[in-house]
Amino acid sequence: MSDEIMDKSDWLNLEINGQAVRMPPGSTVMEAAASLKIYIPHFCYHKKLSLAANCRMCLVEVEKIPKPVPACATVISEGMKVKTRGKTALAAQQAVMEFLLINHPLDCPICDQGGECQLQDLAFGYGKGTSQFSEEKRVVVGKDLGALVSAAEMSRCIQCTRCTRFAEEIGGAMELGMVNRGDRAEVVPFIGETYDSEISGNVIDLCPVGALTSKPFRYHARSWELIKRQSVSPHDALGSNLVMHVKRDKVVRVMPQYNETINECWLADRDRFSYEALNSETRLTKPLIKKDGKLIEAEWQEALPLAAARLKNIIEREGADALGALISPHATIEEIGLFTRLVRSLGCENIDSRLRQRDFSADDQLQEATWLGMPIVAVNDLRAMLFIGSFLRFDHPLLAVRVRQAAKRGAKISSLHAQRADWRLPITQEIITSPSQMAASLAQIVSAAQRATNKNKILPKVLRGIEPSPEATTIANDLLAHHEHAAIFVGTFAQQHENAFLLRGLAQLLAELTGATLGILPDAANSVGAQLLNARPKNGGLNARTMFEKARKAYIMFNVEFEDLAQGAQVAQAATQADCVVAFSAFYPQGNNAILPDIVLPITPFSETSGTLMNMEGRAQSFRAVIPPLGAARPGWQILVTLSRLFGQVIDEDTPEAVRVAFLPDDAAIHAHLSNTMEKIDIVLPPPIVLDQNTFERCAAIPAYSMDALVRRAASLQKTPLAAAPTLRIRTDDAEKMKLSVNHHVRIRSQGAASEKMALCIDDTLAKGTVRVDAAHDSTNMLVGVSGVITLEICHD
Amino acid sequence: MSDNFFDFGADALLLAGLNGKNWRLEDYVARGGYRALKKILANPGHWTSDQVIAEIKLSMLRGRGGAGFPTGMKWSFMPKDAPVKYIVCNADEGEPGTFKDRDLLRYNPHLVLEGMIIAGYAMGCRRGYMYVHGEIWEVYERCEEAVAEARMANLLGNHILGSSFSFDIFNHHGFGAYVCGEETSLLESLEGKKGRPRYKPPFPANVGLYGKPTTINNVETLANVPFIVDKGGQWFLDLNGTMAGGTKIFSISGDVARPGNYEFPLGIPFSKLLLKAGGMRDGLGLKAVIPGGSSAPVLPAAVMLETNLDYDSIAKAGSMMGSGAVIIMNETRCMVRSLLRLAEFYHEESCGQCTPCREGTGWLVRVLHRIEHGEGRAEDIDLLDDIARNISGRTICALGDAAAMPIRSFLKHFRDEFVYHIEHRSCQVADYV
Repeated sequence: MSDEIMDKSDWLNLEINGQAVRMPPGSTVMEAAASLKIYIPHFCYHKKLSLAANCRMCLVEVEKIPKPVPACATVISEGMKVKTRGKTALAAQQAVMEFLLINHPLDCPICDQGGECQLQDLAFGYGKGTSQFSEEKRVVVGKDLGALVSAAEMSRCIQCTRCTRFAEEIGGAMELGMVNRGDRAEVVPFIGETYDSEISGNVIDLCPVGALTSKPFRYHARSWELIKRQSVSPHDALGSNLVMHVKRDKVVRVMPQYNETINECWLADRDRFSYEALNSETRLTKPLIKKDGKLIEAEWQEALPLAAARLKNIIEREGADALGALISPHATIEEIGLFTRLVRSLGCENIDSRLRQRDFSADDQLQEATWLGMPIVAVNDLRAMLFIGSFLRFDHPLLAVRVRQAAKRGAKISSLHAQRADWRLPITQEIITSPSQMAASLAQIVSAAQRATNKNKILPKVLRGIEPSPEATTIANDLLAHHEHAAIFVGTFAQQHENAFLLRGLAQLLAELTGATLGILPDAANSVGAQLLNARPKNGGLNARTMFEKARKAYIMFNVEFEDLAQGAQVAQAATQADCVVAFSAFYPQGNNAILPDIVLPITPFSETSGTLMNMEGRAQSFRAVIPPLGAARPGWQILVTLSRLFGQVIDEDTPEAVRVAFLPDDAAIHAHLSNTMEKIDIVLPPPIVLDQNTFERCAAIPAYSMDALVRRAASLQKTPLAAAPTLRIRTDDAEKMKLSVNHHVRIRSQGAASEKMALCIDDTLAKGTVRVDAAHDSTNMLVGVSGVITLEICHD
Repeated sequence: MSDNFFDFGADALLLAGLNGKNWRLEDYVARGGYRALKKILANPGHWTSDQVIAEIKLSMLRGRGGAGFPTGMKWSFMPKDAPVKYIVCNADEGEPGTFKDRDLLRYNPHLVLEGMIIAGYAMGCRRGYMYVHGEIWEVYERCEEAVAEARMANLLGNHILGSSFSFDIFNHHGFGAYVCGEETSLLESLEGKKGRPRYKPPFPANVGLYGKPTTINNVETLANVPFIVDKGGQWFLDLNGTMAGGTKIFSISGDVARPGNYEFPLGIPFSKLLLKAGGMRDGLGLKAVIPGGSSAPVLPAAVMLETNLDYDSIAKAGSMMGSGAVIIMNETRCMVRSLLRLAEFYHEESCGQCTPCREGTGWLVRVLHRIEHGEGRAEDIDLLDDIARNISGRTICALGDAAAMPIRSFLKHFRDEFVYHIEHRSCQVADYV
């Protein structure tokens, strides 16, 4: 906001250390000092957390107040005179420092935080060289917080409660707490539990001492040995800004780059810990060529011409339509641009990046790229939100943080899903129904909105006369009441649903009736960019589903693994039967059902290439390589340029900048092509599905740590409970229907494919007749899609 | 403590006529109980809420929990237009040496309930909470019975005694944390959270229980209210010659012949109170007195014997009225050991929230332990003083000050004993058996 338009008439004047400053009423002394760039020492204060005022390090003098007051919690008043380094203030700060240090082990030489420790830094400024304390120090037993956060040295804790406040206020659950009184107080997780939040790693940044440290990073480097380079997270569509910490050409740690408009100062755990995959042993350092059913290392000089030759051969023999080309929505703008241009130049329209989608029925009218529908920051100000088929917390962990803050300020949050939302925020209204009936329930909300508005907009015939449930009416009314600050978000489950476009069409009708904004939550880091660059078939080309239903002779897959595809067994079959599969991948294929390509070209992950990702708000964020490529792996764009030349194309772009300029539209052009509106909406509500004794409807999430090739190989993330193998989750009454108990093991069959044997657990948050079996895992990846009817089979072996 | 406290105190108001068994509603009514409430409800045109508060202000009633804040003024801080407000009775009596609220609630619970109902009326509350200390379980049960009786008699509930005023009281018990006697900590505990004091401002009168305006009053404070309404603020003020009205219950403990609760008009000379309590036990000499509960500074015998027991006189003598707990120490008491015992209490009870109190209370214990056990160092006295100074005035709540106050006063008045302990590695006084 510029100074001209801001009304400052009610601002207050105060003086800090003799410097005058004008601040809005309600500001604190800490904020006023910060605006003057005056540093006041502190530990417990954090601008994103509630005020605790417990460390007392920020005690300052205020004229006319006899005692020193905490700057973090003292609200300014007109004419206030503050001294941050007066005699009283300094004495208080030094005394607090002495108190903090008496029980602190002062084991800096062996502490992982050494060199980047707030306590260490401030002890230099406010501590004494010697201690008056000669007794034994307090010992606090270490805690097991899980695979990511180490709490082995809790004696270092200074009880600032940043971590416990974070868990409760930002993470939404009191997973950490303080037990005991006085100097016996200690931070603990629940007894027998670990700290399993999807954003747990932030407590490492928040901890001002070395009590909470990064388990994967600790003892790998000293902070002063690290080179810090900025990057962008390539996982979910938020596009979190990263600082990659590099030691000897190896990424050893990832921390957030503060960006208020995107990730604030947080990172989801997968943004923070996926770097382990960059250093994984399964990284490819050389091209691979399949010989006698085995992948053998080869040189570029051999592999690249071979790939070109074999593809050319098939095109010449069978035509370009015999190709199927798939590119990951996690790939960069540059890679997607070069990839689609190459494939189209070969005469092939069978291109897609919507790998997990099943419903392509409205493809003919998709011109634009779908997106959040608003800037990310606008979510903070929403007053009503309806989420349709979203696993919000795991699909978009930091968007969930913003929704949580909005909910705290009273926003009405509702959800339509096959399972009750576990979003750790207050949900105003939920409709839980089987996946096949989600459309019918959404139609009720549309109908309720129509009745409430009496808008003469003609509803499709099938929607007339639908009697809305009270829940549907509540949701519609909430959206209407806050229409200028209301949004309807279509989640990833809804987009991957068998009736995805039906749900989207209904959501669009609801948005038109209520005036709410329609947002489509993209499922990957560059989904918006991929759509914008037309990484989808045009002119009747085959899509990610049909190119496996109608098996192709050859497939080109860029950063696509078996788990990334929704078509399950069909993919396995088509890939096996194909004459040639060329894969661009950073990793050796893994898993029982992995596609074994004929040629694997080793691309570099995001840390070793320049690139651009477009996040959910349509913001293009470019980044550069933070380390050189590993071995003979090369950035995808370079390989694509070389391969294109091998196909005889004239390529002008020789630098990453040139490639970016060639493919990345300017901001105006981007925003001109972002739209969630479909011209024509076909509403045909499916009939209810009749289930017999051992059939159920499936609801599947893409687990947080299965979403892409990187997180699937991030060792520590894979040790967390969120990465556990999928189980069959079933309601008590549905389990009784089949006389199932938790001791049973089951297998799921659908469309001729079967899952592995899996354990069963009771989960009454599901809709009746619905079972939850997550996708994108080795044990379930032969199954097709995320919804649909499955047959349950008890394993007796 | 003996149950026959009711033998003492001819000028008693709150404890008058009690025999230990006559706590029930009918007994209380027979003593004139609920007359004040009925008076208000019978004539709401005169007894507006402002009028009740004016009467309390006139009485100069000061809070009996320890801080001595003028009650009428506290009540007038409550915002008039807030739709939901609460009155909370602080019966979390945990101050060492204090046991008056326990006996008030045990033997005269309806007096406190009546005071709360009138307070609720005056401040426009519909709901009151009685927070009873967790270690006096039978008092909590007594409160439950008394509330049940009051409800049966329509003294609580909807349309009390047919009037337009509705009010109810709910009893809640803590689990024995001293810090929950601090009013914001009490509110946290009442809300089901860990009892840790809140940062102020905002004060409870603006943001209190469940975020609503709340007034917290001590048991004895509320017990005075019916008398003020019944007999008038001026009458109450005239009960004694000091600037604050009414009587005070003194909980006398320690080396006296007859420890217990004694009620006298404020301003009674300490020497008189000591006599009433039977004088010193075993005829030993008086050494020191903590006149207002363990958090109040200790005073030497000579000072105390010249002091009257009222807010201003005790303050002038260098201590405070506090909760009115008078701890008597005879000439055989070792001040190092006594202070160690006090310091251990505050170390045990510090909530651990803010640094100076959390770390400082433990440090004080360690240093005092050292001195007491013959391992003291010459610099320890200065160190104790330093630690105490660095705690006081720098914490979220008053527990830090309460922990520091005894240290500084013991060192001030009995420094010699500490020096002796350090120099001789033994005690100056023979231990009293």
